[in-house]
Amino acid sequence: MSASMHDERLLAREHTYTSLSDKVGELALRPNGRLWFIAFICSLLLTLLFVAGVGELLAKGVGIWGINIPVAWAFALINYVWWIAIGMAGTFISGALYLARQKWRSSLNRYAEAMTVFAVSVSGLFPIFHLGRPFFFYWVAPYPNRMAVWPQWRSSLVWDFLAIVAYLLVSIMFWYVGMLPDLGSLRDQARTRGKQIFYGLLALGWRGEARHWKRFESLNLLLAGLAVPLVFSVHSMVALDFSEGLVPGWHSTLFPPFFVAGALFSGFAMALALGIPMRRWLGLGDIITPKHLDNLAKMMLAAGLFVAYNYAVEFFMAYYSGDPYEITEVRDRLVGPYAWVFWTVVFCNVLAPQLLWSPRIRRNTVALFVISLLVLIGMWFERFMLIVNSLFRPHLPSSWGMFYPTLWDLIFLFGSVGLFFFMFTLFVRWLPIVATFEMRKLIHELKESG
Amino acid sequence: MAKEQKRYGCMAFFETPEALVEAVRSVRTAGYADTEAYTPFPVEELDEALGISSTSVPLATFAGGAIGFVGMLVMQYIAAVVNYPIRVGGRPFASWPAFIPAALEVTFLLAATGGVLAMLMGNRLPKFYHPVFNVQRFERASQDGFVLVVRMEEGDTSRLRQMLQGLGAVQVDEVSV
Repeated sequence: MSASMHDERLLAREHTYTSLSDKVGELALRPNGRLWFIAFICSLLLTLLFVAGVGELLAKGVGIWGINIPVAWAFALINYVWWIAIGMAGTFISGALYLARQKWRSSLNRYAEAMTVFAVSVSGLFPIFHLGRPFFFYWVAPYPNRMAVWPQWRSSLVWDFLAIVAYLLVSIMFWYVGMLPDLGSLRDQARTRGKQIFYGLLALGWRGEARHWKRFESLNLLLAGLAVPLVFSVHSMVALDFSEGLVPGWHSTLFPPFFVAGALFSGFAMALALGIPMRRWLGLGDIITPKHLDNLAKMMLAAGLFVAYNYAVEFFMAYYSGDPYEITEVRDRLVGPYAWVFWTVVFCNVLAPQLLWSPRIRRNTVALFVISLLVLIGMWFERFMLIVNSLFRPHLPSSWGMFYPTLWDLIFLFGSVGLFFFMFTLFVRWLPIVATFEMRKLIHELKESG
Repeated sequence: MAKEQKRYGCMAFFETPEALVEAVRSVRTAGYADTEAYTPFPVEELDEALGISSTSVPLATFAGGAIGFVGMLVMQYIAAVVNYPIRVGGRPFASWPAFIPAALEVTFLLAATGGVLAMLMGNRLPKFYHPVFNVQRFERASQDGFVLVVRMEEGDTSRLRQMLQGLGAVQVDEVSV
C-alpha cells in the first residue's frame, strides 16, 4: 500500500473494537507519565499566577491594569473574545460536522468539545473581572430582588451574559452526555476499586442497552442541531457588544459574521495546536491520522480567507461611508501608533495561512503546528486592533490617549492560558479523550463498506 | 442459596453485531418478546429487531424550547412594561425586536436541558445497580461484546439456552437479581 493511500484513512486498518477500547482506556487508566506531570506542573504554576492576579484585582480593583479613559476596554475584553472564539471549533466539529455526517469528526470531537468547555469557562471570567465590583456580577441576571430592579433587556451586555451562560451549560451537557458510554467503558476496564467507583459514578450506570442508545442518538442529533445555531448566535452577541456602540470601527453590521468567521479560524487553530502534540505524545497517530490534520487545516484556511475578506471590507466600508472618524480609524490601523499590531495581524492571519494551499504543508505536522500558533497569536492581536485601535482616538482629539499594558495585564493573559491548560491536562489524564463508541461505529461502518 | 435467588433472565454473548441482530430476531420469533440487547455502540438494526418505538426525547426538547422562548418573552414584557417601565428616547416599552436575543438564548438552553432530562429519565439513569452487572463477562458489553438478555424470571431455561447456543452465542449465563 502506498503512503498516500495510507494517509487517506480515518483510522489505522488494524484497529478492532477490542484494540481501540484498550488503547483509549489505557490512556486514562495507566499511571501518570513524566511528560504529563511536567505539563501539569507548568500549567498549575501559571494557574496559581492567575489566582494571585485575581487576588490583587479583588483587593485593589481594575486600576492594576493599564486601562483608563479613553481605552477602558483592553486586555480583559481582548482575552474574553479570544477565549470564547477558541471554543467555537469544538461546537462546530461536534455539531455541524455531525449534521453533515462527516465521519472524520469522530476522532476529534471529544477533545474539541473539552476545548470548548474549558475555553468558554476561562472566557466567562474576564467580563466578570472587568466589572469593577466582580462580586455583583449576578446583578445582570434576572432574579427576584428587594431592589425590584430588572436587567436592561435592550442592552447587548445582557444578551451576551445569557449567551455565555447558555453556551457554557449546553456545551457541558453535550460534552458530558456524549461521554457517558465511554465512562461506562472505563468503569468496566478499571481494575482498582477506587477507579471503578470513580468512573462508575460518572457513568451514571450506563449499560448500552438498545433503548438507551436510541434515546442517546436521538438526543445527540437534537443537541447538534441546537448547538450550531447557538454557537452562531453566541459569536453574534459578542459582536453586538461592539457594534451596538457608536464607536468608529465598531458600529457596523459586518461584525456578527466577521466574529463568527474569526471564531472558527482561531478555534480550528487551537484544535490543531492541541491535536498535534496529543497525537505525538499520547501515540494517537493511528486515531488522529494525517487525513484529520489535513481536513482541519483546510477548514482553518477557509475560515482564514473569510476573515481576510472581512479585513478588506472594513477598509472599503470606512471609505465608502465617507465618515471622517471611520476613515481616521482605519488610517490609524495602517500608519498609526498601533500599526505594528495591524501588520502582525496581516502576517499571522492573512499571509501565513496561505501556505496551507500546499498539501505538503498540510501533511507536515511541524509546519501546521507553527501556523496554528501564529493564527492564535494573530487572532489575539486582531482583537487588540479592533478594541484598542477603535478606542484610543475618540471623536474629540483632546481625549486621545495611548494604552500601555501593565504586568498584571500580562499575568491575566498568560495565567488564563495556564488555567485552560490546567483543565485540559486533567481532562487528558482522567477522561476518555476519544469518543470510543463512535470509533467502534466507524470500524463497523468501514468493515461493512469493505 | 440458589433456590431462593430470583432470576432476571438469560444472557448470551455474541461476537458481532450482525449475529446479535439475527439472534434478537430469532428469539423474538420464537416467542420470547421481552428481550434486551446491549452493544458497545449504537446498532441501528436493533431498533427494528427489538420493536423499539420512537422516544420522547424530541418532544421534551421541543417543550423545553417552547417554555424557554415564551417564558423569556413574557418575563421581559412583565419587567419592561408592567413592573419597571422606563421611557428612553420615546421608544416603546415592549421593544419586541430587542427581546428576541435573550429569548433565543434561553430557548437553546431549556431545549437542551429538556432533551437531556428526557434521555436520562427515559433510560432510568442514574441507576448504579442493575442485575446484568452481576455477570462478570458483561463488562465486555461496553467494549467489544454484543449481549442479548432474554427476560425469564422462572421456569426451565434449558430450551432457551440451547436455542441461544444454536444461534452462535459464545457463552450463555443465567442472570440473578
